[in-house]
Amino acid sequence: MNTEKLNFTVPSKARMFSFVLMAVGLLSIILMFLTDHVEGDENYHHTRAWSNVFAGSFFFMALSLAAAFFLGLQYAAEAGWSTTIKRVIEAVTMYLPWGLSFMMLLFILGQFHVHHIYHWMADGIATSGHENYDEAIANKIGYFGTFWWVRTILYMFGWLWFTLKLRKNSLEADKLDIDINNSFHWKNIKLSAWFMVLFAVTSSTASWDWLMSIDTHWFSTLYGWYVFSGMWISAIIAITILVVWLKKVGYMEFVSESTMHDMGKWMFAISFLWTYLYFSQFMLIWYADIPEEVTYFQTRWESYKALMWTVLFVNFAFPMVMLMSRDTKRNFFFLMFVGTIIFIGHYLDVIMMVMPGTVGHYWTGLSWMEFGNFFFFLGLFIYVVLNALAKAPLLVKNHPFLQESLHHST
Amino acid sequence: MAKKKFVIGCFDNEDVLFPAVKKVRTAGYKIQDVYTPFPVHGLDHALGMRETSLHTAGFIYGVTGLTTAISCISWIFTKDWPLNIGGKPHFALPAWIPIMFELTVLFAAVGMVLTFCYLCQLAPGVKKHHFHARATDDTFVMVIECTDKTNTDDLQAFLSNAGALETNLQIAEEGWWFGRYDQDEMPFESTQIVAA
Repeated sequence: MNTEKLNFTVPSKARMFSFVLMAVGLLSIILMFLTDHVEGDENYHHTRAWSNVFAGSFFFMALSLAAAFFLGLQYAAEAGWSTTIKRVIEAVTMYLPWGLSFMMLLFILGQFHVHHIYHWMADGIATSGHENYDEAIANKIGYFGTFWWVRTILYMFGWLWFTLKLRKNSLEADKLDIDINNSFHWKNIKLSAWFMVLFAVTSSTASWDWLMSIDTHWFSTLYGWYVFSGMWISAIIAITILVVWLKKVGYMEFVSESTMHDMGKWMFAISFLWTYLYFSQFMLIWYADIPEEVTYFQTRWESYKALMWTVLFVNFAFPMVMLMSRDTKRNFFFLMFVGTIIFIGHYLDVIMMVMPGTVGHYWTGLSWMEFGNFFFFLGLFIYVVLNALAKAPLLVKNHPFLQESLHHST
Repeated sequence: MAKKKFVIGCFDNEDVLFPAVKKVRTAGYKIQDVYTPFPVHGLDHALGMRETSLHTAGFIYGVTGLTTAISCISWIFTKDWPLNIGGKPHFALPAWIPIMFELTVLFAAVGMVLTFCYLCQLAPGVKKHHFHARATDDTFVMVIECTDKTNTDDLQAFLSNAGALETNLQIAEEGWWFGRYDQDEMPFESTQIVAA
């Protein structure tokens, strides 16, 4: 094994690329805020611009959170195949503090009425007689307000604590010459087991609180898993693309083709999980046909039909056809190509979750705003993740499954 | 079926087995099969077997299941017995998707299992010769088919050189026959009697 290639330094080209993305993105965000208004509607305050920033913040935050979940899953299941790419998964999780900061900033701005993404944050929403009064929301206002803020802060601290702790243990283990009792590994297994429990509950409740409450009148118990499957596949794609890229620039030759094949299988499988949950939610609502439930799909069907079909096609039919065969899952170009497209598909899925509840029928189709905003967050994500990657060797040193992973073959 | 002469070589390690397979094949011997305790990835390629067409069969079964589901439901709900269910159209595709999916999976899964059993000649009451009992435990057993011209002593020596821990000559039935393992001959009981 080529040991000098274990320490990653961010190539200047990649750093440049991330800066260009951020610059272009920042420029479009500024332009977006300058140009985004609707003639004749005084209640429309840059809603689309704010929703875009929200979607970008959420997508990449959720992605790194799902990567933390994926890492925890490897520990909890005592999986051996993934040890060679563990550092890449960890690097992706290191965006979580950034993502959560953006979310927190947006929440605080919303509470001070700078943007109107959350209907229930409006003044006097639960005060009878007020012009903003909404009876349906007033009846469940106990779940929002202070209680919502307590939950939000708990999620953020919980996730951050586990993620940073997992990373810290992993780095500590590297400092030892030899870890005879695998003490750090056992610590991480315990941490991960608890994190799985926390994540199982909070991934659902957080998506209700942060995304579903945009459509405050509407509710769906399946929504949490639907959001979760979307963020999980995005994380898997981000990890896969990173490893393929690292191999291309000459690092990580120790990652076997079989490990990449397994990542391809995950990509394929979780695409189906997403489709399954998406369709389950749609079909039950379509079948029951209850007015307060169908509103969700009605807005989407009326003003977002093209996007809705695009999302379904890109995230379901495309990976199904492209990743079915063993050969395509082992072809790095294919993995990268298919992965990139599904990655964008799942970003559009988040757009589909946010926009209809905020922008509504003012939507005019995808435009440079969505892409420019996406570029900013993508650039930041790349910058943060590559820097995190450069901070530790690309291969873990003291891990009981290291040899198993190096010889992994399927 | 016909009885044939076989030479078997037992290996205890994949890393020895793969080069041995290569050596035996380049030497021109015909490997009947390699029996392993667990699936060994890449062994099929090393043995030069053609890719299985089981997945093509699976695809055909799946399409059959899908067609069955669509044609059945659409005929029942639009022609044979149209029902008004919650004001939905008679041709209510979203509601059928779960059934279409399930039938696709059912046909593909059951069909593939049966095809697999057929290809491997497995069925209740069907018996085949076991070349070595430890092929089900911890040993990779390479079976080489001999002709009249094969010098079996040379072959056994060749296998030992290639890393086989144990070799022997067997005259055995190649195909299957009806029989029972508890009553019929049990090749693995008679051969290994260990003195106390």
